[in-house]
Amino acid sequence: MIAYLFRRLLGIIPVLLGITIISFIVIHLAPGKPATVEQSLNPKVSPEIRAKLYKLYGLDKPLHVQYADWLKRSVRFDFGDSFADGRPVARRILERMPLTILVNAVSLVCVFLAAIPLGIKAAQKPGGRFDNATTVAVFVLFAVPTFWLALLLMQLVCIRLGWLPISGIKSLDFEYFSPARKVMDIGWHLILPVFVTTLGSLAGISRYMRSSMIEAMSQPYIVTARAKGLPERTVVYKHGLRNALLPIVTLVGLSIPGLLGGSVIFESIFALPGLGRLFYEAVMTRDYPLIMAEVVLGAVLTMAGNLIADISYAYVDPRIRYKG
Amino acid sequence: MRNPYLTAGTLIIGVLAITAILAPLISPYDPARIDGKNLLAPPSPAHLMGTDSLGRDLASRMAWGARISLSIGLIAVGIATLIGLVVGSIAGFYGRWPDAVIMRFTDIMLCFPTFFLILAVVAVLEPSIYNIMAIIGLTGWMGAARLIRSEILSLKEREFIQAERALGASDARIIVRHLVPNAIGPVLVNATLGIAGAILLESGLSFLGLGVQPPTASWGNILIESKSTLGVAWWITVFPGLAILVTILGFNFIAEGLKKVIG
Repeated sequence: MIAYLFRRLLGIIPVLLGITIISFIVIHLAPGKPATVEQSLNPKVSPEIRAKLYKLYGLDKPLHVQYADWLKRSVRFDFGDSFADGRPVARRILERMPLTILVNAVSLVCVFLAAIPLGIKAAQKPGGRFDNATTVAVFVLFAVPTFWLALLLMQLVCIRLGWLPISGIKSLDFEYFSPARKVMDIGWHLILPVFVTTLGSLAGISRYMRSSMIEAMSQPYIVTARAKGLPERTVVYKHGLRNALLPIVTLVGLSIPGLLGGSVIFESIFALPGLGRLFYEAVMTRDYPLIMAEVVLGAVLTMAGNLIADISYAYVDPRIRYKG
Repeated sequence: MRNPYLTAGTLIIGVLAITAILAPLISPYDPARIDGKNLLAPPSPAHLMGTDSLGRDLASRMAWGARISLSIGLIAVGIATLIGLVVGSIAGFYGRWPDAVIMRFTDIMLCFPTFFLILAVVAVLEPSIYNIMAIIGLTGWMGAARLIRSEILSLKEREFIQAERALGASDARIIVRHLVPNAIGPVLVNATLGIAGAILLESGLSFLGLGVQPPTASWGNILIESKSTLGVAWWITVFPGLAILVTILGFNFIAEGLKKVIG
């Protein structure tokens, strides 16, 4: 297992190199220059100063030299300074990370809490009334653009009913709240984003749960369990569910890239200062160091997710053994 | 009604396609015509879906938006499927190093945070319909490639392929005339789901302002205005979203129906 892990971790290196090279080329070859440099291109700025600026950002060097420089710094976790405000990119990302992780982690927990019972219930009588109803619901949920759902809910819950705050993560008078009230306030602001993110992945995961449960319930050991006279509850929850959960565990790792992509849209709708919104800002201002760092982060998280999926698969199912 | 999914899906997409094709004829107004006297007018017999903040007729914009969404979906997936077919059949048919190289590259692409890449590319390249078609196509071929490769791996050892080889057929002929047609089923299902995905992606990009650019109407960029008209003009939020929902539902139905036909 250790040897397998080691090999997988080594395997990440070429993939990461490939991803960064492709992204670097694509981002830098495009016409146009970063906004900060662009702004300084107004007629008042002399060509000498412009050249100095280019030099400062290393934009005057050939592309492969720029990439080599970037790579040398990046392996030491130095992703350079943001073009937008001159602060280290790593710090800007770290500032924004907790919120995105919080929203996605809470949603993921909600998704599983909802999807597992839904899947079990639907699997009890495949083709039954409940199963058919959820099938229809899942089809619709799959087809709903989640950012549209967010807009509808904002309109209904925040504006018509006035139950929840419409955007941001803090109330205006946040500064004066007691610590407990501050936590409550942030939680209050995050209800809608978490709800929408949850609905976004609920359809897929509840379907997986259903088919996994149907599969488990058709196994011979279920017949055995029934034959020895166990109550149906024990059969379903102890013998069926435990086995059905195995493949579902791996979905946690695999859902990471989707959540990251989704956070770009949700965070910009709800005005949440998270990673997704940071990436959007970076893209709009062509903040190259920030864009590259976020692409690397996204790729690392995607690969980490895949690895977690494979490892947890082996962990929950001892029949799977990876050779080193 | 032996295949209700396929029937329902085809019906939905058929109506949409006709709307898209006939948009110039059936839309009651010029989708870009600004009408200062009818700003944010609610739905009425004159404006079936109301007007936006520039007084443009929403129904007409929706009909023209259908053209954009459907063509982006079809062309992006066309590009992706074509790349997937070529790359996947080469990998599956020749095996050894071409397979190793291609599948390694496919793995790299699968680890790409695709949405991040698309956003970055679209932003640096100046968003346009063609850029979006290309970038969605270029980042979405991996599924098709894997499917066709695994199908060909199992097909190429079968007797009818060996017979063809014994008759002296060229590699290209075997791949194009015999392997691909026999392996195309799952790829078609995948492509149909892909169209739905591409349309959803385009609407998300346009909503972020990084997709189809105004004044060209797309369902996604009509929704941009819904943020500023929240609580004032429900029709601007409701209709474009419903259109996206129904379209995706239609393609997903067709995919489900096709699965039954093939499987």
